[in-house]
Amino acid sequence: MSQTEEEKLIGEVTAKSYEFGFTTDIDSDTIPPGLNEGVIRTISAKKNEPEWLLKWRLEAFRLWSEMEEPEWAHVNYPKLDLQSISYYSAPKQKKEIASLDEVDPELLKTMEKLGISIEEQKRLSGVAVDFVMDSVSVATSFKEKLGELGVIFCSLGEAIQEHPELVRKYMGTVVPQRDNYYAALNSAVFTDGSFCYIPKGVRCPMELSTYFRINQAGTGQFERTLLIADEGSYVSYLEGCTAPQRDENQLHAAVVEIVSMDEAEVKYSTVQNWYPGDANGLGGVFNFVTKRGLCHRAAKISWTQVETGSAVTWKYPSCILKGDDSIGEFFSVAVTNNMQQADTGTKMIHIGKRTRSTIISKGISSGHSQNSYRGLVQIHPGAENARNFSVCDSLLMTDTCGAHTFPYIEVKNPTAQIEHEATTSKIGEDQIFYCQQRGIEEEEAIGLIVKGYAKDVLNKLPMEFAVEAQKLLTISLEGSVG
Amino acid sequence: MLKIKNLHAKVGDNEILKGLNLEVGPGEVHAIMGPNGSGKSTLASVLAGRESYEVTEGEVELDGVNLLDLDATERAREGVFLAFQYPIEIPGVSNLNFMKAAINGKRTHLGLEPIKPKDFLTKVKECSSLVELDGRLRDRSVNEGFSGGEKKRNEIFQMAMLDPKLAILDETDSGLDIDALRVVSKGVNKMRSKDRSFIVITHYQRLLEHIVPDFVHVLSEGKIVKSGGKELALELEEKGYDWLK
Ligand SMILES: Nc1ncnc2c1ncn2[C@@H]1O[C@H](COP(=O)(O)OP(=O)(O)OP(=O)(O)O)[C@@H](O)[C@H]1O
Ligand SMILES: [Mg+2]
Repeated sequence: MSQTEEEKLIGEVTAKSYEFGFTTDIDSDTIPPGLNEGVIRTISAKKNEPEWLLKWRLEAFRLWSEMEEPEWAHVNYPKLDLQSISYYSAPKQKKEIASLDEVDPELLKTMEKLGISIEEQKRLSGVAVDFVMDSVSVATSFKEKLGELGVIFCSLGEAIQEHPELVRKYMGTVVPQRDNYYAALNSAVFTDGSFCYIPKGVRCPMELSTYFRINQAGTGQFERTLLIADEGSYVSYLEGCTAPQRDENQLHAAVVEIVSMDEAEVKYSTVQNWYPGDANGLGGVFNFVTKRGLCHRAAKISWTQVETGSAVTWKYPSCILKGDDSIGEFFSVAVTNNMQQADTGTKMIHIGKRTRSTIISKGISSGHSQNSYRGLVQIHPGAENARNFSVCDSLLMTDTCGAHTFPYIEVKNPTAQIEHEATTSKIGEDQIFYCQQRGIEEEEAIGLIVKGYAKDVLNKLPMEFAVEAQKLLTISLEGSVG
Repeated sequence: MLKIKNLHAKVGDNEILKGLNLEVGPGEVHAIMGPNGSGKSTLASVLAGRESYEVTEGEVELDGVNLLDLDATERAREGVFLAFQYPIEIPGVSNLNFMKAAINGKRTHLGLEPIKPKDFLTKVKECSSLVELDGRLRDRSVNEGFSGGEKKRNEIFQMAMLDPKLAILDETDSGLDIDALRVVSKGVNKMRSKDRSFIVITHYQRLLEHIVPDFVHVLSEGKIVKSGGKELALELEEKGYDWLK
């Protein structure tokens, strides 16, 4: 298939999948004066970007200007004031703080419970630290090791300067600029993000990102990640951090693109713990993310996510199973508490023959929160013998929260096999009593029951992440018996 | 040891225990029999501190401690164990992790360090051999997909692990096959000691041939209506409960 044909196909597929049953007519938003062509030229110039990239950004901006903010997700939030955002500022550096005493004690308490070291606590909360020599040297030696294997792992900004050919070839091929409102906005104004390239046949020997966590700059508001696994390669990539992330930025509109070439495998794990706002729903991050992977022949992409943060989450990590025999997986635990709202799920687009996908989604809702699973399984006419298996479970902790499941299934090939299971259960008073009768405290009992419920997903996380993620679940649900 | 005086308890608006008196001395085994719905499981739940059961009157003391002041967790840590008539499934939580959390809960309460992995495993081995609990069951999620009999056996395994002062067995015999009944009873008998008391709730004299009680009580309509020695069970087997009304 030629490059343009391919682009066309992907374009069609992705545009449709977002359109699917969701759009409503609204008065078109006026373009906020905070963002205009001049601003984009400034960003691009400041970052010393090549001409093609500036054009690409401007094209995105033009497309975005014609779009309407989506309203179909099962979430409610006040309209964002896009004028108040300063688009040309470099990724926000966290304010430097002199000592931990100045940090919100709630935040510190949580970090302590997560077992995060004092050094790390300081770093995460923006206290100026002299990095422990050890960590720096560890990071450096890993960088050397990766270099020997030809793995490129750097910021997107760096990649644009050092490896423009790779960036140009792949950026926007999986999530085109016009994909959706927030992706278009991101394409126009993204400031930085991560870039990763695994050469042919290379098995990346370490989880990417954990060891580098320490060197990462403050996460930008419009982050963009591009990950390319060349033929027959393997990589496990970790994004995020279990520690609570306070951020002044209210809107986060990230884009993640993955290309998994023939027989390559990518595991992408996320722990998202942005500030959810207070118990009354004030403050908190709006997290509108577009994540999508493209699988070539016999390639595999697994998305694993643990979502506990943000006031509003809107996120559907998806797989386009274009190549024959390719595999897509989505494993998710989404916790909502207090006034949080999450609308998350996945899209599995089966195009190639014998493509397979698995979806395991575990929602946990508490307080007055709303937790929705929205999933699309699409079998294209050419996808002979495609198979999908989906499980969406919801666990309710209170009588005041809501859990919703919106599975969309479109089958255009009669040989497809699709299985969908969904359950909703309330955390059992009898289960809690049983634990208590054995001498386990109520809070811990709830933690145990919830971890057990989410086990199938937590097991998919890399070891060091899994332990922290388990604790995080317990902490997120503290005081949520009802 | 255990003293229950004039205990009244209700669920919703339903009074189920209506002035129950019972004393259980250290090392004693008391059997409680009685018709369906007479309040046996309710008594067990009330003793264990289940919140949905409201105590409206009466006293319950265990070794001088007023149990009614404690919540379910605290009572368990004081040494109250209930083998459930219908054990609960907890998907995804391994039996061993569950037991570790239970043991460490009690240890923390007593100001002790968490149990050492080696000591824990030794204990697991001892206790599972006591009731011949299959290693595979031990490693599975708590009661999930266990057969009725396996669940009951698991309850007694847990009892052995937690070393209670007062063990309440609610129809542990129901669902056990003949061999399992023998094994489980043997396990219980091995655990009998001068400072551990048992309340054994059952419908069948057969269990009491294996676990021989010191006293037998009949619970009917929320009260103990008759007490006696182990022969009472035989008499009940023969005559039923009607004659006691
Ligand atoms: N949670 C509850 N809600 C309403 N009624 C209840 C509840 N628990 C118990 N009851 C009622 O209380 C009465 C006593 O029940 P209990 O389970 O204690 O009987 P039991 O003696 O253990 O009977 P069985 O021999 O059948 O096990 C019954 O009428 C039962 O329906
Ligand atoms: Mg009963």
